[in-house]
Amino acid sequence: MNLDLTTEQKIMQASAKDFLSKHCHSDVSRAARDADEVYPLALWKQMAQMGWMGITIEEQYDGTEGNVQDLSVLMEAMGAASAPLPYFTTVAVCGTALQQSSNSVLKEALLPAIAAGDLVASYALIEPGNSYGLSNIQCAATAQGDCYVINGTKLFVEYARGADYFLVVTVVEGSGLALFMVDASSEGISLRSMPTLDYSKQCEVKLQNVQVASKNLVAIGDEAMALLLSVEQVAAVAKSAEILGAIQLVTDISVTYAKDRTQFDQPIGGFQSIQHHCANMAVEVDSSRYLTGMAAWKVAQGLPAQKEVSMAKAFASKAGVRICKLGHQIHGAISFCDEHDMHLFLRKSQSASMAFGDADYHNEKVAQSLGL
Amino acid sequence: MDFTFTDKEQAFYEELDDFLNAELPVDWGSKPVRWPHDYAESPMKDAKDYEVARAFVKKVVAKGWFTISWPKEYGGKGYSNVEQAIYDERMSYHRAPGGSSGSIAAGIVGPMLLRIGTLEQQQKWIPRIANAEISMWLGYSEPNAGSDLGSVRTSAVEDGDDYVLNGQKCWSSGAHNADYSWMIVRTDPDARKHQGVSFIIVDNKTPGITMRPVYNILGDHSFNEVFMDNARVPKENLIGGKNKGFYHLMKALDFERITLVGIGGFKRMFEELLDYVKNNTRNGEPLGKIPSVRSKMADIATKIEVGYMLFWRTAEMLDRDQDPNVESSALKVVATELARDMAEAAMEILGPYGQLTEDSEYSPIRAMVSRGFLESISATIGAGTSEIQRNIIAQRGLGLPRV
Repeated sequence: MNLDLTTEQKIMQASAKDFLSKHCHSDVSRAARDADEVYPLALWKQMAQMGWMGITIEEQYDGTEGNVQDLSVLMEAMGAASAPLPYFTTVAVCGTALQQSSNSVLKEALLPAIAAGDLVASYALIEPGNSYGLSNIQCAATAQGDCYVINGTKLFVEYARGADYFLVVTVVEGSGLALFMVDASSEGISLRSMPTLDYSKQCEVKLQNVQVASKNLVAIGDEAMALLLSVEQVAAVAKSAEILGAIQLVTDISVTYAKDRTQFDQPIGGFQSIQHHCANMAVEVDSSRYLTGMAAWKVAQGLPAQKEVSMAKAFASKAGVRICKLGHQIHGAISFCDEHDMHLFLRKSQSASMAFGDADYHNEKVAQSLGL
Repeated sequence: MDFTFTDKEQAFYEELDDFLNAELPVDWGSKPVRWPHDYAESPMKDAKDYEVARAFVKKVVAKGWFTISWPKEYGGKGYSNVEQAIYDERMSYHRAPGGSSGSIAAGIVGPMLLRIGTLEQQQKWIPRIANAEISMWLGYSEPNAGSDLGSVRTSAVEDGDDYVLNGQKCWSSGAHNADYSWMIVRTDPDARKHQGVSFIIVDNKTPGITMRPVYNILGDHSFNEVFMDNARVPKENLIGGKNKGFYHLMKALDFERITLVGIGGFKRMFEELLDYVKNNTRNGEPLGKIPSVRSKMADIATKIEVGYMLFWRTAEMLDRDQDPNVESSALKVVATELARDMAEAAMEILGPYGQLTEDSEYSPIRAMVSRGFLESISATIGAGTSEIQRNIIAQRGLGLPRV
């Protein structure tokens, strides 16, 4: 038993921190928010050169074949940087889905491009009136020759305007769920911006008679259901790690501020009310760290992991916002201003808590895995 | 992160679990009426069960497990902290007597003697502790020294070969059933308050010592007030050097926080609650189908998992010579607040039946929840309140100033 990172992971963590602090500090996030460019492409390419896009991709597709624990190290680093990039959608979600697909032609076509940083993908799951889960998918795919024709509306598609492909969750009559990688430039796709808290440039994606070649089918039927549940686990771990990165950083800057800021002729960190806020933050960060670590370890080992994954995501989803609010309280009025970084983490924590299932959704999954 | 046990650890886990299943009476799980991580001394209903407990502890001692992580030359097995943690987890899960969570002598005093005792002191005390021949109580708190332990006033004045003790201890859990006290006393009245105290082992039978029972929230004789009136204690019983007590106290409190958790007890109690929820109805509906019940059960299961994570983290850090001072206080805060949260959630889930205090056909889980509701009040107060733990985390862990 060793709950530290491996030596390789520590090296990767240090290099990610170093790189992101130089090239992805909070001014980059603010600039990206206000820019026409969907995400900072130059930064994306640099990260690809460091091998980040291929971290979980098999070697035969030009990746480095790391596991979910390795992915978590990078997601944590990006959470701490509040990175304005489609990394989660491309690598954690679409990359994982492709990796687990049995369609080797599609894998051969797309995975090396993802690993190289040449392909950005986003996922199109939620539909109007739906929230988390797969129980009421209406977006329909109909077979027509060697194509499928897709009709439907998807919401909350992150970085949609920058995506080359969408991973679209559909239903095929008689077969159940079907997953496609849909070329974003296909005829019949229209985008409408729907800005959200965390500046992730989300869109409504309408698909009207969009023709998709059968070779772009990722999975169908029981295979699609199993694949999506598996992707949901990886995505939930990745989001928990991203929240962890954000709240560790919030705790660090709050403790530093409490030591520096003087009121009543003493550092405010000397007051027990502030000390207890800081202690509560540290305890919850640690709790989240090991729950997420346990979940990532189980997934990486191929062990049944639903309970641990949902525990980690449910906990992180609540702890994230709770810790950010304590961070705001310690920083005082300046943290209510755009120029201060606190709100970036508050926004990120809230949005991440709602990606791939919030606390209630995952609590219910925990209850199910307890046999209730 | 790697959560796997080594082959040796896994083998020990299985051997211990098999031993517990074989050696404890089949219905033992229903005998002790202790809520996880409280600081109460809860009596067993049937006096015969104390005999069973004593006989069982002898078998644990014979296995060498009672002092499992002590060095071999002191009667231990030289096992790692993770193995010690496995022992604590399994013993508390099975509600077995003799787990270090039930033994101040083996869990706190023994390890302290191994660290700071002289060779003569170790030779005198260690074998008797290792063989479970003697039991001890913690003589820390006084009427005016609770969270502020540096304020102890019980005086120990040198006189010939003895120290002469005068003063009063309180909240002395189990002192009436124990043989000796691991006591902190003031040996220099003129020094600054943290620099004039020492540890000393005091025989309960010393003339001049009297006890008054204090009944706890459940009406059980759990605490005592202990009075020292010119009680003469041999100088050789002073441990760790004169006036060095506060220096050692932090370590003693660390041992207390780690060894007294009894993490397996949470899992066991949760399993009983889960079993009840799965097999009972309310207003004609299965309890387990009620959304608020499902949510509460999931929440408690997650908090127990957090407790387990911090528990293993503390142990594996100790094995790699890292100092888990934040983790041990975090574990204490999390586990003790969980003791209250679990009782509160269980009470809400059981509704009006949760308030029953006597075992009957109407009282779920042997009326344990009403006990837990009351007993768990002690959890966040004993062994350093949650507030003191947070001070430690902030000051020792995060480096915030002591003002």
